[in-house]
Amino acid sequence: MSAVAPARPSAVRRTLTTRPTAQDVGFVAAARSAAVSTLVIMGLIGIFLLIGAWPALHSQGWHFLTTTEWLPETGTFGIASLLWGTILVGLFALCVAVPLGFGAALFISEYAPRSLKGPLVTLVDLMAAVPSIVYAMWALFFLQAHMLTIAQWLSVHFGPMLPFLRVQTPDSPSSYTSSAFIAGVAVGVVVLPTVTSIMREVFAQAPIGEREGAIALGATHCGMIRTVVIPFGRAGIVGGIMLGLGRALGETIVVYAIISPAFGLTTRPLQSGTNTIASHIASRYSESNGVALSGLLGAGLVLFLFTLVVNTLAGVVVSRSRSGASTEI
Amino acid sequence: MTLLDDSHDQTLTLPVTHDRRPGSTPATLVADGVSAWFGDHQVLEDVSLTMPARRVTALIGPSGCGKSTFLRILNRMHELVPGAALAGEVRLDGEDIYDPARRPIESRRRIGMVFQKANPFPTMSIHDNVLAGLALTGRRLRGRDADDLVEHSLRSAGLWDEVRTRLDAPGASLSGGQQQRLCIARALSVRPDVLLMDEPCSALDPTSTRRVEETIRAIAGEVTVVIVTHNMHQAHRVSDRCAFFLAAEGQPGYIVEQGETDDIFERPQDTRTADYVNGRFG
Repeated sequence: MSAVAPARPSAVRRTLTTRPTAQDVGFVAAARSAAVSTLVIMGLIGIFLLIGAWPALHSQGWHFLTTTEWLPETGTFGIASLLWGTILVGLFALCVAVPLGFGAALFISEYAPRSLKGPLVTLVDLMAAVPSIVYAMWALFFLQAHMLTIAQWLSVHFGPMLPFLRVQTPDSPSSYTSSAFIAGVAVGVVVLPTVTSIMREVFAQAPIGEREGAIALGATHCGMIRTVVIPFGRAGIVGGIMLGLGRALGETIVVYAIISPAFGLTTRPLQSGTNTIASHIASRYSESNGVALSGLLGAGLVLFLFTLVVNTLAGVVVSRSRSGASTEI
Repeated sequence: MTLLDDSHDQTLTLPVTHDRRPGSTPATLVADGVSAWFGDHQVLEDVSLTMPARRVTALIGPSGCGKSTFLRILNRMHELVPGAALAGEVRLDGEDIYDPARRPIESRRRIGMVFQKANPFPTMSIHDNVLAGLALTGRRLRGRDADDLVEHSLRSAGLWDEVRTRLDAPGASLSGGQQQRLCIARALSVRPDVLLMDEPCSALDPTSTRRVEETIRAIAGEVTVVIVTHNMHQAHRVSDRCAFFLAAEGQPGYIVEQGETDDIFERPQDTRTADYVNGRFG
């Protein structure tokens, strides 16, 4: 039978089509245009900043990034000191927000009794919703007074060993006011809920199967967290830190309220006086025009790109889930 | 039932040993008058069962009759569920594992568990997965000793030949059946006295199931095994003793009948047992 069977005609591939309803088409179009518009708005902001900043960037060239002074009247201005101050404040903010956020996230996700867990999650979310100006007032009128003592203690006790903790007149409390350190601590409090919230979310997703596996092997709760929860949440920890940094770099009003503007690449963050890009723009834009305003837009462009990169990296890290190594069978 | 009584008496005559040398203890597990609740909902009522040392006891019964809850009570995993409560005693060689003076982790170190869904630590290597139990309990082995234990555990679990050339590969790179046997190796590496298995083959294909069953038979001489299974053939094949659980709708589960596996399957005393093992309900 098979010997005489005729050769099969080669199969013709069919075109598979689906015919969406008008409702589908309309809904997809609306959703797509909403999604695209966010990208367009983002792009327009970048283009606007670039166009606005062009005269300043053109006149200063690369010096815009390396000049520490801001003297638009004389034609020399750059953002080196602002960038440095921004990074300093961001780092101090992380020093506060990361350990506190990590601990708080672990407590909420792993140790808090059920009756406390919900309220704590809500509270952290509420903290993130409090406007910065409220934090700014609190930092200015309350936190700063208390941080002075700490700053002075640090400087007096560790300054002799660690040069960057020294200030010019260690005995005078006023040497410590309005510093990058105090601004950083205040910004750290502002970004704390962001960091906590992201870390808590990934910790809570650690698979129950692996948790029970560790516990059934005789692990302590702490051992289980070290073996299962933290390795699982590593991407979230890094992502949380970077998103916190992204917010800290752009934080404006809190820094503006606390610091006294100073230009120069300070190596003494406890010493009064610093400046960040965001705070500098806020303090100068109303009195600037011409090339000075263009310079501010240039500073804004740098901040825009900087935070964009940090946040994108954070997003990449967070979204890089463990799917490739999941335990799904 | 006389057999049960005999073995029960036997355990009572065993001297309470304080020799905790791994693998050397008699390791008889006795549940005595165990009831369990989740909140206000009672799921088990007055369950008493002796699981003799180094034999395989199968817990069978329809879904929702409290077998898994009972199993989790045997190594204090039950209390991890919020709102969980229990009554009665679980004695390992005469000592109540719920004694307030004992820490749960001590009991869990002696009574290992393999879960329904394989749960190796996915990013950890196969080698480290096997040693995870030691690391988690603060014991470290280095070099040759560690390698020997890994090999011995993987051989016991019937996985050695398949993974010997890739011990550094992550646990998640294995197939489902291999992952489950890795979990068995991981549980065996701490030399438990008892190994609890909660439907260990329910997510596996027939070939993997057969390998796991062979593994269970192979380790039965070393550890006491308690296995929950929905597969009657499996219960018949792997177990020495059986306990049939049942629960009426909305009522707590209880043991209808228990005894030697052959008796349960071939000469059941209770008609409900006969119906269940012959596939007439459940």
